[in-house]
Amino acid sequence: MKIYVDQTRCQGHSRCYMLAPDLFEIDDYGQSTEKINVHLPSELEEDARLAAENCPEFAIVIIE
Amino acid sequence: MSNNIIMDGNYLNIDWANDFDILNSAYIEDPFSIWETLREECPIAHTDRRKSSWLPVDYDVVTKIAHDINHFSSSEILVIPIMDGEPNPAQPILPYGVPPISADPPLHTWTRRLLLPWFSHKSVERYRSMTTELCNNLIDKIIESKHPDGARDFAQQIPVRVIATMLGVPTDMTDTFTSWVRDFLEFADDRERRLNGARGIFTFLIEEIENRKSSPKNDLISELLSSEFNGKKLDSSLVLGMSILVLVAGIDTTWSAIGSSLYHLATNHNDLERLVAEPELMDLAVEEFLRAYSPVTMARVVTEDIEIKGCPMKKGDKVLMNFPAANRDPKVFSDADKVVIDRKINRHVAFGSGIHRCAGSNLARMELNVSLREWIKRIPRFKLAEGGVVTWAGGQVRGPRELPLEII
Repeated sequence: MKIYVDQTRCQGHSRCYMLAPDLFEIDDYGQSTEKINVHLPSELEEDARLAAENCPEFAIVIIE
Repeated sequence: MSNNIIMDGNYLNIDWANDFDILNSAYIEDPFSIWETLREECPIAHTDRRKSSWLPVDYDVVTKIAHDINHFSSSEILVIPIMDGEPNPAQPILPYGVPPISADPPLHTWTRRLLLPWFSHKSVERYRSMTTELCNNLIDKIIESKHPDGARDFAQQIPVRVIATMLGVPTDMTDTFTSWVRDFLEFADDRERRLNGARGIFTFLIEEIENRKSSPKNDLISELLSSEFNGKKLDSSLVLGMSILVLVAGIDTTWSAIGSSLYHLATNHNDLERLVAEPELMDLAVEEFLRAYSPVTMARVVTEDIEIKGCPMKKGDKVLMNFPAANRDPKVFSDADKVVIDRKINRHVAFGSGIHRCAGSNLARMELNVSLREWIKRIPRFKLAEGGVVTWAGGQVRGPRELPLEII
């Protein structure tokens, strides 16, 4: 699984960062970016799904 | 019934689909059953009351409108216009409105960037210890009080002090700020009262801004005064508008969310017991309280005729951004009308969606988290006071204003 944050959609809700701080980082404006841009270790996959399913902007893209 | 609820007497006769009234006491006390009926009968309600306005209740419509900034402008964000049909006396004082909330791009974009760093995750942590101490001081008094009120003695006291600290204005004036903001937001049909609230806030902040021009401090107002855009210092009226926004938006909203959460815990003992036993659930519980008791409804104005799900919205019409109803849409949330404190999938839009996502959401979350944690740590068992009456404010911001409690 790989993930990325669609920068055109992210509005800085920070839900992903709160749920999965290992996977996302946010800047001073709330903009989120993925920390890992290669295949995720399997133990982080559930967190990634959870973050995607809680994003109010549908900004987190998961590539299985 | 508190006097801030407008009594109509005939609320049972209201035609909610064709002539809804969000200031009606039935809507303020229990909007949930009204939304449920509307979802089946007419998911975008309409009224010509006050002004032609639309009230969507479905998640997909509310979020679609929030994202369509070309057809739906933020130039009218109050659900009931303060100066309906009359020249706006605020115009010469606030030529730019209260950006970014009342602005569309490009003004929205750069004013928002000036505010956001003050409300980043990192920045709001600076206020965590003062919030914790403040909550504990309030709880000390509540424990000793014979008739504690969770809204008046606790929830209402917290956000206003944090915001006053951030703005750099006196924290001993918080009762005055609270009363101005309530006058402005909660008494939508009382023009004099709203103007009085607005006047109080304006006059006070104009003086604070003038003082900082000669002696800057280390606070948000001073930083805005020293900020530049395109090589030019910000106009004083812009600093005023942004300061008004921070003061108004940061008080009623978070206080309502804290109050509603306490109300839920006072009336749902299983949830209270579970949170006391498993405080690590607090982050999820806070999101669920935000979803189920979303305090804020905003408004947009239609910029050109557009049809949404068969509804002919005309230029100049108002659309009420019913985020609270969207968050109870059963098409999006399972058991939408049930509060599930460990709900894992919770794509709620209590803070809005799109470019106007609440800039203070991190601060609100921190305050909710700290206040509820400290409360249940020190007061793990409580319920509504026998014979006490809970009163609600509604309209733009919904939350309990009197919440008489009994500590068990």
